[in-house]
Amino acid sequence: MNIDWFFILEKIVLISGVLAVSLLVAMYSTWGERKVASIIQDRIGPNRAGFMGLLQPLADGGKLFFKEEIIPGNSNRFLFILGPSLAMIVACMTSAVIPWGDTLTIAGHTVSLQIADINIGILYIFGVVSLGVYGIMLGGWASNNKYSLLASVRAASQIISYELAMGLSLIALLMMTGTLSIKEIVEQQRHGGWNVLYQPLGFLIFLVCSFAECNRTPFDLSEAESELNGGYHLEYSSMKLGFYLFAEYINMFISSALMASLYFGGYSFPFMDSLGLAPNLVTILGTAALFIKIICFLFFFMWVRWTIPRFRYDQLMRLGWNIMIPLALANMLITGAIVLYRSTH
Amino acid sequence: MGMSLQQIVFGVLSIISIISALGVILSKNPVTSVLCLIVTFFTIAGHYIMLNAQFLAVVHIIVYAGAIMVLFLFVIMLMNLNAEIEPQKRNWLKYAGAISGGALLLVLLGALREADVTPIQPAASDIGLISNLGKTLFNQYVVPFEVSSILFLSAMVGAVIIGKREA
Repeated sequence: MNIDWFFILEKIVLISGVLAVSLLVAMYSTWGERKVASIIQDRIGPNRAGFMGLLQPLADGGKLFFKEEIIPGNSNRFLFILGPSLAMIVACMTSAVIPWGDTLTIAGHTVSLQIADINIGILYIFGVVSLGVYGIMLGGWASNNKYSLLASVRAASQIISYELAMGLSLIALLMMTGTLSIKEIVEQQRHGGWNVLYQPLGFLIFLVCSFAECNRTPFDLSEAESELNGGYHLEYSSMKLGFYLFAEYINMFISSALMASLYFGGYSFPFMDSLGLAPNLVTILGTAALFIKIICFLFFFMWVRWTIPRFRYDQLMRLGWNIMIPLALANMLITGAIVLYRSTH
Repeated sequence: MGMSLQQIVFGVLSIISIISALGVILSKNPVTSVLCLIVTFFTIAGHYIMLNAQFLAVVHIIVYAGAIMVLFLFVIMLMNLNAEIEPQKRNWLKYAGAISGGALLLVLLGALREADVTPIQPAASDIGLISNLGKTLFNQYVVPFEVSSILFLSAMVGAVIIGKREA
């Protein structure tokens, strides 16, 4: 059989690299979250483990590993373990279609910094996101606890409701760009302007929906400790709880990357083609630019968490169904009309 | 025996889909049935990808695994169906089910035995790719497409009305 070993090696290195970076960013997001919270609340935050508390995530992880592992009696053991595992797997799967950079040329080979440039990239992300519900639902149900079940039902209906508006806001973007491949969308922005200039309303809807999809404040109804004693992970302890919490940070990282790629030019940056630098250097600079955008979004996620109080559940649903979906539909209609007008004139 | 990569993938996918489909009907626990059905959907999506129909594969997962099965899980979890409280079915119901199922099998076998199935060349057919599918839908089949969208709309309105009456 004729197998291109270089291709396989390249993909294995790329997949491990992206996974490692996602985990690293998620780890330091927990540190960042505590630091941002402390700055906003005018206190110091973690500062004991290492310089500026930089070793704090390692200490937290180590602590979680050594905690006692409890599986509640009368719970479904298999599903109880499947829940957090699914949450983690699904969170990591989305990174496959995000273009982390342009192409590098190594020893005559052209290496694309994207794991899979499939022509249905955005739909793939939708598929994976819609599977994210299972981790939460299975975990909540398998715990055999009323509060967990209630919280997981809340989380699932929230995710499904906001998925609709999210999809509608993306359809407007697709009508404008005419492609489902994220790489192509980024390339279009490299030569034209950033999509956020043409789709401000669409971006706003997408942003709000990604807060809801990641279960972040002000939409973290699934873990409302004041009314549900904690949330769908109430019965979880040790690293299984860690997986749920960690999956949230990975989701945040991936949706930041997605928003940066879809609306803020991804790995492209202004004047990137007129600098006259070597192509490899430009690619590396582009990846750095993408990560700067991602970090800005991550900071925004945290900023909102420590600024805006939690919604009530009926307010959340009203916002999703009565405001977000009609707005997204109107945005779609206007975009469609403009696209049609420009294609005929 | 030389098996191509495609045949191996096809065999593995088919075996998993048959086993998980059997799991759907044989498992006592409804939640396990739903999970088996989700695995079945994934293997079918795999078959779509092998037929070069990526769009169908992804939409299949979004709609069935991502939306419909979540609703199934919702209902099952909230009703708290368990193997212990499952009502015992009457014997005649089992016999009737077996006979009608067997009759359906016979009909299908009879139909498929005479059918002339031409092999598809997956790589040569690009109809499953999203741009081709969209062009076909909106040029050749635009009337049925619009009619079915009206059907969906009326179903949605009906669902809302039923929901409203209860409240």
